[in-house]
This record gives sequence, C-alpha cells and structure tokens, in this order.
Amino acid sequence: MSTESLLEIRDLSVAIPTETSTLRAVRGVDLELRRGETLGIVGESGSGKSMTALALMNLLPPAARRSAACVNFAGTDLSTVSEKELAGQVRGRKIGMIFQEPMTSLNPVYSIGRQLTEAMTLHGEVSAAQARRRAIQLLEKVGLPDPASRLKQYPHELSGGQRQRVMIAMALMNEPELLIADEPTTALDVTIQAQILHLLRGLQTELGMSMILITHDLGVVSRAADRIAVMYAGDIVETGTTAQVLNDPRHPYTRGLLECVPGYREASAHRLGSIPGVVPSMTGDIRGCAFAARCPRAAEECFIDSPPTRPLGPARTYVCHDPEETRSRSLLEGHDREQTPVNKPAKESVLKVAGVSRTFSVRRGMFGKRKSLRALDNISLEIRKGEVLALVGESGCGKSTLTRTILGLETPDSGTVTLAGRPVGALPPRQRARMIQPVFQDPYSSLNPRKTIGNIIGRPLQVNQLGAKAEQRTRVRRMMELVGLPARVFNSFPDQLSGGQRQRVAIARALILDPEIVICDEPTSALDVSVQAQILNLLLDLRDELDLTYLFVTHDLSVVAHLADRVAVMYLGEIVECGDRDTVLTHPKHPYTRALLDSALSIAPELDVPEPRLTGDFPNPMNRPAGCPFHPRCPLADAQCRSRAPEVEWAADGTLVKCWRAGDAAGAFSQLSAGQTPENWPDPPKINKEESAP
Amino acid sequence: MTITESVGGNELTSEAEREQAQLGLTPGQVAIKRARRHPGLLVGFGILLVMALFAVLAPWLAPHDPYLQNLSLRLLPPAWVEGGQWSHLLGTDHLGRDYLSRIIYGARISMMIGIGAATIGAIIGVTLGVIAGYFGGWLDQAVNFLVTCQLAVPSLLLIMALVFVIGQSITVVIFVIGATHWVFYLVVTRSATLRIRELDFVAAASAMGCSRLQIAVKEILPNLLNQILVIFTLEVAVAILNEATLSFLGLGVPSPTPSWGLMIAEGKTAMFFQPWLVILPGIALFVLVIAINLLGDGVRDVTVTNRRS
Amino acid sequence: MINYVLRRALMALLVALTVSFGTFALFYFATDPAQTIAGEDAPQEMVDAIREQYGFDRPVSVQYVDWLGSVLQGDFGQSYFWKQPVVELIQEHAKVTIMLALLALVVTVVIALPLGISAALRPNSWVDRFALTTAVSAQAIPNFWLGLMLIILLAVTFPIFPVSGDSSWRHYVLPAFVLGTSSVPAVMRLTRTGLLDVLGSDYIRTARAKGFTGYRLILRQALRNALLPIVSVLAVQLGHKLGGSIVTESVFSMNGLGRLAVESIFNSDIPTVQSLILLFVLTFVLLTLAADLINAWLDPRIRMG
Repeated sequence: MSTESLLEIRDLSVAIPTETSTLRAVRGVDLELRRGETLGIVGESGSGKSMTALALMNLLPPAARRSAACVNFAGTDLSTVSEKELAGQVRGRKIGMIFQEPMTSLNPVYSIGRQLTEAMTLHGEVSAAQARRRAIQLLEKVGLPDPASRLKQYPHELSGGQRQRVMIAMALMNEPELLIADEPTTALDVTIQAQILHLLRGLQTELGMSMILITHDLGVVSRAADRIAVMYAGDIVETGTTAQVLNDPRHPYTRGLLECVPGYREASAHRLGSIPGVVPSMTGDIRGCAFAARCPRAAEECFIDSPPTRPLGPARTYVCHDPEETRSRSLLEGHDREQTPVNKPAKESVLKVAGVSRTFSVRRGMFGKRKSLRALDNISLEIRKGEVLALVGESGCGKSTLTRTILGLETPDSGTVTLAGRPVGALPPRQRARMIQPVFQDPYSSLNPRKTIGNIIGRPLQVNQLGAKAEQRTRVRRMMELVGLPARVFNSFPDQLSGGQRQRVAIARALILDPEIVICDEPTSALDVSVQAQILNLLLDLRDELDLTYLFVTHDLSVVAHLADRVAVMYLGEIVECGDRDTVLTHPKHPYTRALLDSALSIAPELDVPEPRLTGDFPNPMNRPAGCPFHPRCPLADAQCRSRAPEVEWAADGTLVKCWRAGDAAGAFSQLSAGQTPENWPDPPKINKEESAP
Repeated sequence: MTITESVGGNELTSEAEREQAQLGLTPGQVAIKRARRHPGLLVGFGILLVMALFAVLAPWLAPHDPYLQNLSLRLLPPAWVEGGQWSHLLGTDHLGRDYLSRIIYGARISMMIGIGAATIGAIIGVTLGVIAGYFGGWLDQAVNFLVTCQLAVPSLLLIMALVFVIGQSITVVIFVIGATHWVFYLVVTRSATLRIRELDFVAAASAMGCSRLQIAVKEILPNLLNQILVIFTLEVAVAILNEATLSFLGLGVPSPTPSWGLMIAEGKTAMFFQPWLVILPGIALFVLVIAINLLGDGVRDVTVTNRRS
Repeated sequence: MINYVLRRALMALLVALTVSFGTFALFYFATDPAQTIAGEDAPQEMVDAIREQYGFDRPVSVQYVDWLGSVLQGDFGQSYFWKQPVVELIQEHAKVTIMLALLALVVTVVIALPLGISAALRPNSWVDRFALTTAVSAQAIPNFWLGLMLIILLAVTFPIFPVSGDSSWRHYVLPAFVLGTSSVPAVMRLTRTGLLDVLGSDYIRTARAKGFTGYRLILRQALRNALLPIVSVLAVQLGHKLGGSIVTESVFSMNGLGRLAVESIFNSDIPTVQSLILLFVLTFVLLTLAADLINAWLDPRIRMG
C-alpha cells in the first residue's frame, strides 16, 4: 500500500429539501483515501454514510444539494467537474460502485451480457467483441461457473449472491482505481456474505484498487478494512486504522457502539451496552456536539460549542471536547449489571414438535404448472421450560414455516406440535394464544398503522375477553411500563415511534396474555446495533422476571452465543444439528454448522476475511438435491451422501446430528490447515454408519 | 411492579424524556397539516361545499319552479344579453322554464346519482376485493376473471342496454352505473389486501386468536379506508359524467327532470342560435367534476404515508 | 413462451364466451323478441307463431348454442329492424369507427406521451404542473359537450370543419380530437408515474454509476421498462375507443358502429346489439392479448415465467 493519496474530500455536505424543512444528511465530512487502501465507513442507519458515497459520484436524488470545499480524486476536483464529464470520465471508469440490493440493482429487461459489456462500450473505446471477452473473463474471476453462457441469462434467473457477483464484475469492467461498495453483503445470507467479502478483498489486492466499504456491521469492517471512519449524524467522529479504532476507541460513540455488539466482550457474562436516546433530528442545525444528548459524560460545553478535531497521530483523529478519553472508562460504568447466569433449564419440555413435515404446492397463474416445495421435512424438536432455544438458519431454510406451524397458524401435512400435552392444531385459538405468542422481525409491519399503541397492546385482552375495559387499560399501562415504553405514547400511532420503541410495543402485545412461550422471529435483525442491544437486554430481563421460555429464531451467531441455552441448526427444511449452545458452538459436528461458524464475522481487526468453506449458493427449495440435501455444498460429501439421506444420530454429548460424516467432520475440520482446498481434505478412516446398518 | 427499574434502568427514562420533544404528529394531524397547504384540495373542497349547499338548499335558493313552463317567455337569453330579463338571470329554455333554477336543481340530480352510484360500486368492489385478496386461491381467480369480463364489455353500451331493458328512472340509472363501476375499487383493494395480508400484524392477530372475519374487518379494512375514500371521490365524478352522457343520449333520467345532460340534449337543437342552452349546463358539469377530482387528488396526496422516512 | 401464449389465448376465449352468454341471457330474460318482430299491436296468435317459428320458446342455453354455432359459421343473424343480415350492417359501419378509433389513438399518443415523459423528467417543474392541470381539466370535460363546443366554435362561428357526417377526412378531425383527448388523462398520468418509478429504481442508479446520463440513460436504460405499462394501457384505450365511440359518433352524426349500437338498442334490435357486443368484446380481448404478447417480448420475466 502506497502512501499516495487517491481521494481527498474536504467539507462535503448534502442537504435534501423536504416538505417542511431541509434534511441535512451530510455535514462537512473530511475524508482521505490512499491508493490500494480499503476504507471502511461505519455508522448506523441515517448516519449519512451512503449519502457521502452517492455525493462523491453525484448520484444523489434529484432534489439533493451538494457542496464541498474540494473532492480531489487522482488530481481532479470532482466538485467542479460537469455532470457530462463526470459521467463520461469518472463514473464506471475510474470509480466503480456496487449497491446493497442485488435483487433490484440490475435492469430486469436486459441480459447480463448486455449490461456488462455496455459498461465498457458506452465509453466508446473498445469493440463489442473485446468487451465480451472482458466480461467472460471477469465473470470467471468473480466465481460464476460457465461464464460464456451466463451472458445470455437475465437477472431474474440468478440468485441474490450471483447477482451481486455480476454487479462486482460490472463495476470492474473498466478497471477502476476506486471501488465503492455500499453495504454489499447486507442483503445476503452469512455464508454468501463471507464469499462476497472474500472475493472483494482478493480482487482488490489483485487489481491494486482502493476501496470504500460502507457498512453498519462492525464485524465486516473489522475484517475487511485497513482504516475506519465512524460516522454519526452526518459527520465523521473518529478515524484511524482498523486496529486503532476498534482496539482503542476514543470517541464515546465508537465505544458505545462496540459495547452494543454481542460477543465484543465476554459472551453473555454481561449485559450488552447500549447507547441511550435516539439519533438527533437531521433537519436544521445541531448546536454543539451532535452526540452530546446521548453521551454519558457530556459536559456543559458539549451542548454549546462544536467539538474540536483532535489528532492522535497520522490519519488518526477523533472529534470530541473531552481530551482525556481513555479506554478504561466504559460507558456501562455505574449501571453495569451481571447477567443472571444461564438458567440450568429443567428437563421438563413445554412444547414438542414431532416428525413435522409440510409441503407447499406452488402454482403460477390460472393454468400454470404445479411444483412442490418441501418447506419442512420430518422436524422434531422440543422446547424446555425456561430455556432459550435458538433456531439458526439462512433465508429459505424453512424457519418461518416452522414458527408459523408452532404458532398454529399453519397445519403440518404430517407430524404433530404438542403444546401442554395437546396438539396445537386442536387447541381453541384463544386458549392457544394464552400459551404461546410471537414477536416478529420487522417492527414496521408488525403493528397496525391505523391503531393507537394502547389499542394494539390491549387488543389480545379484548379478543380474548379478559377483564373489564378499565381493567384492560390498567394492564396495558402496566405492561408498557414493564417493557420501558413512556406512558404518553398510549394514544400515539406506530408511525410516531422509533424502531426500537415499536419493537417494545410488539413485545408488550406478546406478553400481555401472560404466555409461557414466546416465539421471537429475528426480533432484532431490522434494528440498529445500539437498539438491538436494548431489545436483547429487555428480552433477557423479561425472561428472568416472568419465567418465560423463548424460541429465538436468528441468523446471527453472536446473538446465539449471547443468549441461547440450546441451538438448533436448520438447512433446507431439516434440523441438521441440535444441542447445548457451548457444545454446538465450540464443537460443531455438522459441516454446515461449522461453515456457519466460520462465516460469522466477529469483531477481530487482527483477522482477515476467512476463506469461505462453502461453495455455491443456497439451493432452490423447489429442486432439492437427492441424498443429503447439503451434499452439493459440503466439502466432505462422498458417494453415500449423494445417494442416501442421513438419519438422526445422537452423539455422546447429547447433540443431535443429521450427517453421514458427523464423526469425521470435527476431526477433518481441525486438521485442515489454511490454504488446503476441500478436494484434498483427508479421507476419513471409516464410515461407521454403514457398519451399523443391518 | 418492581422490575421496571431493572428493565428500564436510567437509560429508558432518559430516552423517554429526550424523546418527548420529538414525538411526531398522529397520521390524522399530518393529513390536516398537509391539507392546509394543498391549494388543489382547498379549492376543490371550497367549490364543492358551495355546490353542495346549492343542491341541498335548492328549494329555497332557486328563484323559480324548475318545472314551471311559461311558453310566453320561451328561449330568453341570459339577463346581461340583449333581450334578457333580470327575473330570469340565465334565461329560459324552449318551454320557458327558468334556466338558473333548472341548473340549481340539476346539481341535486348530479350529486345524488354520483354519490349513490359510487356507493353501490364501492360496496360491490370493496367486498369482492377484500375477499379475493384475503382468501386468494380459486376465489381470487374467479374474481379476477369477473374483472376481465367486466373490462372487456364497452361499459357505456352495457349501461345503455341495461337502462333500456329495465326502464328509465333515477333509481335505475344509479343502480346500473353503480353495478358497472366497481372494478377500480376491486383492483385497488385487492392488491392492497394482498400486500397487507402478508404483514406481520395480521399474523400477530391470528396468533392472538382473532377469527378471519375479525382480521378482515378490524385489521385489514381500516388500512384500506384512505384509498377507498380517494377512489370514491373519483368514482363520484365518473358517475356524474356517465349520467350526463346517458341523459344526453336519451337513455338517462327521463324528461322533464332537470338533469344537466338532458338539458344539453334539449338545448342541442337550438344551439346554433341559443348557444347558452348548451354552454351553461356544460360549465356547471365541468366545474362540479373538476372540483370533485381536485378533492380526490388532494385527499390522495395528503394521506400518502411515506413510511420509514 | 408458447405455453404463455396458449394460456393467454385460452383465457381470452373464455372471457369472450362468458360475456356473450351473459348478454344473451340478459336479453333472453328481459325482452320478448317475438313481440318486437311482430310489432306492438300484433295479435297474440301471431306473436306465438313467430315465437315458435324462430325457436324463441326453447331454453336459453339451447338458443345460445344455436346462435353461437351460426356465429362461428359467420352468420350473425338477421336484423329485426333493418331487415338485413347483421354482417352486412357491421361491414357498412365498421370503416368509420376503425378510422375514428385509430386517429383518436394517434391524438392520444401524440398529446399524452410527450407530456407524460417531460413531466416525469422534471417533476414539480412548470411542465409537470401544466401536464397535471391538463389531465385534471380533460378528465372533467364531458366528452359530448366538448364535441358540441368545438362544433359551435370551429364549424359554426369559424366554419373551418364540417358540422357533421363522415364523407371526407375533414369530417374526422374534430371527432378524432374529441375521442382522443378522452384518453389523454389516463395515459398521461400512467406514463408519468411509470417513468418516475423507473427513474427512481435501483437499476437506473446502477446505470448512472456505470456512466449513463442524459438521453442515453432514458433511451437505452429506462425506456423499455417504462413502455411495459404504456403498451397495456394503450391496448385498453384503443379497445374502449372501438367500442366506445358511441357518444362521439352521435354528436357528429357519423355512421359508425357506435351509432348503429345506439339505434339498435332504441329499436330493440337484439341480434344486432348482441353481435355488436360480441364484436367489441372480441376486439378488446384480442387487443389486450396483443399487448400481453408485446410485453412478453419486451420483458424476459414474462416471457420465461
């Protein structure tokens, strides 16, 4: 990495006029990027990180106004260049960009080939044949098999991961000097995320480009970036090398953010940290420090004067009034509370899923062909009283169908869900409702926008005719207090609340019937890290106080490590591994569990993006592979895996595994040294399952 | 409850305090605030209010009996034209009836038919739309087929044939226009229901023990009301124009009812010499319809939710 | 693709059959054709005789199948009123209506598309406001009244065009304008919102990030997507014009199918009305089928789905 500067931004601002006022999304950002370097811009939603990137390329929404002292890119000041020149000379040529949403970022009516080649031919210096050759070459490089035939395909024929690979190839067509990746993996599953990040890192080194990686995910940035800029309320509050910022954060916001991440400190020994309050309104001016209102150590001056930029070394700064910020002073000081140790769950099971299968018949249009989709395949599971059972899996694995079946909203084709000794389908809905309740992922769609908060929380009481009206109101108010909702929102509408508050409403609604079991379906994945921490803390506290049992569906292994007692891993409608949290997370037996663990990116600046163990995409559930459904992606698969589906096995430590090679998987993984390809993995000595077969 | 402290802790109390100032307006307050600054909506609403007043108070406001013929005062021009009389401000028609009175009473007919027909259309369309969207499956396909059929028939021809077969009267016109104008409601409520059905608050409702009917009526329908209101206003305008057209062709409300369309048809024979007979009711129609459309467009602009912004 | 075409065609056929049966049944239950043929004052025996002779006493389904059979052989029956084969009547009147509808479509396209596109390219500009004002006004003007006003202004006060008739191209100018403007609001609004949606989409941002800008961005990236809804709406509008020129033809006294339809209704000429409805429905169904096929050609998701 050279020290030559490629990009220098001074005092960049973006303002977007709205109906009533002006949204000042970016407020005087200064940035510097050296050649060959990866800069990670981290921030929560609304921090202005994407707007900064769009402003750089002048791709802002039409109404937005941009201003900058200078945007110096490789010797040209982009802030003075005309739109025409910017489009012709810079965009797609010197700076490539990839976006968050691979599903909608490619034009649906044109072929992949056309969209790739036109990125080159547009600028008029290469022939169509040359562009085609380059496209094939790049598609191969980004890991799409059979690139020549891909050119004829259309976006809708590719999966999300494949589309993101095409986007990367497209951004690289003209060998740009800078690649801007705006949340490139946020919409993708963890195993695919690892693949894409690894690919981006590899390409960057190979082509010697610089990269700006915009993300909200501290784990991603810790692995992929050389330097970090932390953004808050439209401005950069701290910069430095990845190790400096993450190991020795100086700004109170950076520190708060890190403490919100599960697993950043010792797993589940502590409550998560959380940043109080909410991001200030981005309209109009902010007086003093934008973070002052949420800062635990804000002094009087913080509310009056803008904080100074304090240099700590070359390219290492933070913006704060407090000169003595040191690492030892945790944000949690004062109210750091030991988490109740993980319950030793009683063995008594409260809910039993036995051999549940569900197949959907999918048909398009009136005369379309019917196709069957096996969403759940012979699932057995039990939830024990007082425990947190985490259900882990990627999108499309059947998690939602399973939770809906457990809630009694979906009837299984075969098998039973037993709740309190009776099949859940046979329970009267109202009786069932008082035993089991859901909390959903998206707090924006889980609350009816036409109803007041008091109404929403009290609705279960009303439906189940519990208590007189006045009594219901009292119970609602008590519940609001319990989940930390201010009493005055009783008559407000969901639109008036923040995401975190809405999720508290959803939790209150679930708990008001006093259920035994709560199904939490990704309850924090739509929230910012700091809000996620608040909600996770709340859920754990409520569990202790109200003696609840949780089925916690999530894709985030750090959340699992933080709160689960037991873990069940799902793949293509099957539970492939299930056991105690510590056993599963430290000694995974199924290769898929192992791969998930490898793909999870904890905050570790000293580590690189791990080599992805899994090749290929999550298969289409409509075309289930024969034999073990995991075999096409499994590095250990052999002939048996390809022909016969494995059966449930109980390991000595009480873990359930569904894998022919389970006995070998752990050993094979641990023996594997870096750089070895799956093909030359050591052959296991013996296939013990065949012996036991009659 | 003692846990409040442990759960909330100081982080929440402070959040509550600090958010006090930030709590936004309710959706209703937002709509009213926007409406106040929406010129189209205000103008449309104002005109409509005046015309509605005229329609309701017609017996007191109209200077003459709209049915009273006076053959000695036939085809008087408006008062400001030479030969006009101030007692007949807008002149008289070919039977000597006071034109201003007929136009005022015409507003009654137009609004009655417009509102009546749009209501019938709404009942048919919304019911079918919610059923199709919520239950899906073969019901949805059947309703879709019905829509395709309805769209394929030239509606004016169908209305004319129906009115002719059943007989000409105001009630028949209302029902026939209503029964042929439900597609717009259906398409919009169906797609909205399809979308809402998949939202988590519907799943939450069934998880708390709500029946399907409760979900359709208490959870889904309230979310459709804004859109239904917008379509209703636009359909009132469409129905008014339809009635006028029908009456103009001689298959609408029967003579001597003071319908604007009928008045234009009656004035058509004399329009080369007394053009006001055609121009005046036409202007009345235009103003009424444009006011309703402005109101409808305005209500739509004002009630759009820009979520998550 | 073949599958898709077959499915759409089957659907179109089903719609045509259902609608024609519906209208057939309507007239069967609501009118007495025997009385119509015999005349108002005819003696009961004569009416009965006619009823038996024409087979009007058979059940509705039998009569429908019978009628459908003749229609499939090209025999649309005999007009009660004009006392001539319906096919001939239709042939005589179709030319005027087809001419009028196509000209009107041209008027719609020429006004609505440029207006909608320029409004979408500059939202909230004066062009946009002008376009929206035009749409709101055009929506509120009663079609027949606009026709009468144009006659008063451009045929009587300033006699540029003929008042009525269909014998020369000059006769078509005013009616085509009137009929054409009636579709302008719908098409204009759809063009505007459709193009705005496309321009705000993620893939247009991608194209801009590749270096597309100005007219190239519109023509090579946005146009095809924006065309999809426009193709559909134009097919629907043309269908409505072919079946809906009733008012315009009446105002301008043009001898087209719309006027034929009105007169046959007034004269209870059921075979003519039925044949016309079937004809209009078939035209509409075929036009929307054509639009679906064009869209399938434009959009691979439909083509392959």
